Amino acid sequence: MSIRERLSGNEAAATAMKQINPDVVAAFPITPSTEIPQYFSTFVSNGTVDTEFVAVESEHSAMSACIGAEAAGGRAMTATSANGLSFMWEMIYIASSMRLPIVMSLVNRAVSGPLNIHNDHSDAMGVRDAGWIMLFSENNQEAYDNLVMAHRIAEHKDVLLPLMVCQDGFITSHSIENIELIEDDLVKNFVGKYEPKHYLLNSKEPISMGPLDLQAYLFEHKKQQSQAMVNAKQVILDVAKDFEKMTGRSYGLFEEYKLEDAEIAIVCMNSTAGTTKYVVDQLRANGIKAGLLKVRVFRPFPAEEIAKALSHVKAVAVLDKADSLNACGGALFSDVTSGMQVNKVMVPTVNYIYGIGGRDTKSTDIESVFNDLEKIVKTGNIDNPYRYLGLRG
Amino acid sequence: MDNLVEIRWHGRGGQGAKTASLLLADAAFNTGKYIQGFPEYGPERMGAPITAYNRISDNPITIHSNIYEPDYVVVVDDTLLESVPVTAGLKETGAIVINTTKDAEYLRSVLKGYNGSIYTIDARKVSMETLGKYFPNTAMLAAIVKVSGVMTDEELLSDMEGSFKHKFAKKPEVIEGNMKALEMALKEVKKI
Repeated sequence: MSIRERLSGNEAAATAMKQINPDVVAAFPITPSTEIPQYFSTFVSNGTVDTEFVAVESEHSAMSACIGAEAAGGRAMTATSANGLSFMWEMIYIASSMRLPIVMSLVNRAVSGPLNIHNDHSDAMGVRDAGWIMLFSENNQEAYDNLVMAHRIAEHKDVLLPLMVCQDGFITSHSIENIELIEDDLVKNFVGKYEPKHYLLNSKEPISMGPLDLQAYLFEHKKQQSQAMVNAKQVILDVAKDFEKMTGRSYGLFEEYKLEDAEIAIVCMNSTAGTTKYVVDQLRANGIKAGLLKVRVFRPFPAEEIAKALSHVKAVAVLDKADSLNACGGALFSDVTSGMQVNKVMVPTVNYIYGIGGRDTKSTDIESVFNDLEKIVKTGNIDNPYRYLGLRG
Repeated sequence: MDNLVEIRWHGRGGQGAKTASLLLADAAFNTGKYIQGFPEYGPERMGAPITAYNRISDNPITIHSNIYEPDYVVVVDDTLLESVPVTAGLKETGAIVINTTKDAEYLRSVLKGYNGSIYTIDARKVSMETLGKYFPNTAMLAAIVKVSGVMTDEELLSDMEGSFKHKFAKKPEVIEGNMKALEMALKEVKKI
């Protein structure tokens, strides 16, 4: 029996970490993820977990400590946001290239500058090519569930990559909502014991990790990382299958909401997907065939699967909560449209940059996107594919 | 989501409007509802206008935006009435609940033609008589429960006793006063 609770997204993430009870948590506080290490340090003080909590002096050190702990053979976790992640950047690449399955809770916030503490996805998009598995979460429940599944995915022998679970800063991190928690012992059994094949504290196998790697091998090692990301797709699905057996909650690479017979569709991530569901329901009640494709797994990107899922619709809008400032659309848009092109899916597709720096995304904003899509279907004209939503003129 | 109730709180930093919205979410959760309770974060400091929100429903809530067309508005500090558009988007089938001792004529004049129900409560009086200090949020919590009917008086009282015991575990001396504040506020809130 699951436990009916009400928690904020940050409380949900901290609860998952408590139940996972990792060997090491190293973190430095930054809004809006501060509460996660704050709550977790309480669990450490109370003896609820036997984790070694390292209160480092910076995020660079937080990731470095996680790398050290994980390389030594331990299970390490951290949490951060925005500039905290920026400050980790150098070590983010070290973690993935050393194939250390560290798990991070990333509470998405705009990267400065100018200084802004509110939600967008510019922090996550800045590390999208860093070799981390990236899962996005619509609400507190998904932030929790994704963390419970995280280690099984990251530590799988065919994967061995670090993983971050994203959720929207403030919008879900600081909103109290209903949640179904899993019993402690079930989580413990599900996550299992971490038994790395190679680790530094194994006296029977003295090894060196992360040494110099020049022309002779780096290319091959990068290809292995890339292959691990390809392998991750199936592992993510397999872990989700086991998770569904335990909880009844089903997860895929993405969620299709009333997409099967949709004529117009929005593709987006995190909390906006919830607002889009609300709007889809309203439009459906008026006979408009609207649908949603919510990306859960952004890295590895399920390009072929998404292209196939969108192949029957007449117009698509991809919503990016980060502007790539590149004169050719946001990151999600680029990935979706590239996947469509390669898989010969030719559906008119437009991009909207939205919600930057915490600009609230109203249901009427989402409705206006569907209205635009209806216009595209009717006229066949895309006009400008690089659009903005909720921006003052 | 026909049964969805949306509530917007207006207060000043330090008065506990955010806490009250979280307590309301808590209480409604305990009656079996789906809930959201969230503040709108800005550069908060003592005395600055703040906004907090609640959604309460019998069905799961997926929408994640602020509330623009609330069923109810709670105003914790009546000095906001002239500076913040508290009735913006407020449904006329709903109501506004104001912590004030001002008369009906003044309130109608500052609410700029709002035709829905207006309720008032002197939360300062309730708080001073029951707690000996000015903490308006407990009284306002009871007032909005009474006006919105999201739960019965009995459900509120039995539930909040548990919540206060948890929240004030380190200062149990304030539990009784807060319970009295709830009871008194349930009686004191009046429609004008």
